[in-house]
Amino acid sequence: MPSAIFRIWRGAVAPRDAGPAARHDAGFVDYSLEITPGMVVLDAVHRIQAEQAPDLAVRWNCKAGKCGSCSAEINGMPRLMCMTRLNHLPLDRPVQIEPMKTFPIVRDLVTDVSWNYSVKRRIRPLAPRPPDAADGTWRMQQQDMDRVQEFRKCIECYLCQDVCHVLREHQGFDAFAGPRFFTHIAALEMHPLDRDSRLRELREEFGLGLCNITKCCTKVCPEYIHITDNAIIPLKERVVDEFYDPLKKLFRRKKGSAPA
Amino acid sequence: MGSLDVGVRRGGLGNTSRPDAWWAYPSAVFLGLTGFVVYSTWAALQGNYFYFHNYLSPFYSPLLFWSHGGIRSWFGAPPHWLVNVSPALLILWAPGGFRLSCYYYRGAYYKSHWADPPACAVGEPRLRYRGERSFPLILQNVHRYFMYLAVLFIFILGKDAWEAMWFRAPGGHGREFGIGVGTLVLTLNVILLAGYTFGCHSLRHLIGGGRDRLSSLPGRACAYRCVTKLNNRHMAWAWCSLFWVAFSDLYVRLCAMGIWHDWRILR
Ligand code: SF4
Ligand code: SF4
Ligand code: FES
Repeated sequence: MPSAIFRIWRGAVAPRDAGPAARHDAGFVDYSLEITPGMVVLDAVHRIQAEQAPDLAVRWNCKAGKCGSCSAEINGMPRLMCMTRLNHLPLDRPVQIEPMKTFPIVRDLVTDVSWNYSVKRRIRPLAPRPPDAADGTWRMQQQDMDRVQEFRKCIECYLCQDVCHVLREHQGFDAFAGPRFFTHIAALEMHPLDRDSRLRELREEFGLGLCNITKCCTKVCPEYIHITDNAIIPLKERVVDEFYDPLKKLFRRKKGSAPA
Repeated sequence: MGSLDVGVRRGGLGNTSRPDAWWAYPSAVFLGLTGFVVYSTWAALQGNYFYFHNYLSPFYSPLLFWSHGGIRSWFGAPPHWLVNVSPALLILWAPGGFRLSCYYYRGAYYKSHWADPPACAVGEPRLRYRGERSFPLILQNVHRYFMYLAVLFIFILGKDAWEAMWFRAPGGHGREFGIGVGTLVLTLNVILLAGYTFGCHSLRHLIGGGRDRLSSLPGRACAYRCVTKLNNRHMAWAWCSLFWVAFSDLYVRLCAMGIWHDWRILR
């Protein structure tokens, strides 16, 4: 049976922080493993955990690409371990598996993604118009929901947050919500029932303008959500409508509905 | 809020665990875009060889002023302070600004020319980062205004493609219908430019994307679907039209210089 080498990050210090002083606390460990057809990276990690390294920390749940738990960086790219098949990777060199680099490390492949939860709590939820029918229900057209439903495929794996350079390189945690939450806000803003507007927060505290539409989030999304083209850019256009377009402003003033 | 002033854990230019040739794609984009800018600037500064009988180079259309004969301009001879200015420079800022502020190109040249980031999950050379929310990049928000102009240009270039079908009749009297290789070049040019322009993100927003309930507006819903179709392939349209518009200029130029011979397919 063919075998492959898995080079896995071990320790409670993040790869980027592991300077020479921390070398003995953390580093890569190579594990050699026989591989079988159909194996994904998570299978290999599980086998290593079962046979060679029982203390290897890894977070997972569904093994079907739907829970968003097993996010990691495989050969340098943010990916779900359970959806990365070994036959799609070059096995003549070690398969390198690291924790997500943007978030604080807990241990080995597990990171603390709770910053994302705190961002989500700051987003105002759907504010629907009064119900259309006496029984408290609404009427919507599927056509109007199509756009929103693309964003609702999100499994909150935070791979897009991990790859986005505003967070990853520039540590913009205080000023930027990140692509995952732009899709979330887009789903609310474009919702046919919603009456609220989150454009001011988008421009100010959520830092939509910090995104420079370089599309890495779209590239890594395991749900193939067109984050940049369908969520971020349309939101940028709505922000331009509201805050930057002089003609729009003029029209709005004429109609007497200038924004607060 | 100004720029982000952090970066304790940054990696530095090219810092990555990616073993693949991540630099290849941005390098190709760098060469493609730089090559186009160099050629178009050179061609725009020439001020000659931009028309060949009924063919007009797209870099020079609309031809606002021209006094040397051979081709008709919109307003005849230029005012004296414009005589030494190439007619391309009077108009090329509009399509140029459209491309420069295009959402696709922005993302592409921030990567290829500014390494911001050089590629996904690859380290950057600079700590400071302001994104598109402060000067100068906040000016990219003007994109929709360039889009209005670019749509106008499509009609103008469409007219040029039409003109390219009407050749001077033998004997010099009147015009006759025909198709030359140049006709095809200029027609394909306007088709590609239209595919690029009508897939613009700002147009997509204007035509219907800015509304949450399009089901009540069937006409706009249909237009939105069409623009979205083109928008899905915006990058491909952007590159094909970029290459072809430069080639169209080159074609007309080489014909005008007598280096290439325009072959008449249909008379
Ligand atoms: S497109 Fe914007 S949000 Fe997505 S990775 Fe790039 S900078 Fe981040
Ligand atoms: S948008 Fe895609 S990449 Fe981002 S958290 Fe959701 S599923 Fe993951
Ligand atoms: S284990 Fe659920 S997404 Fe991978």
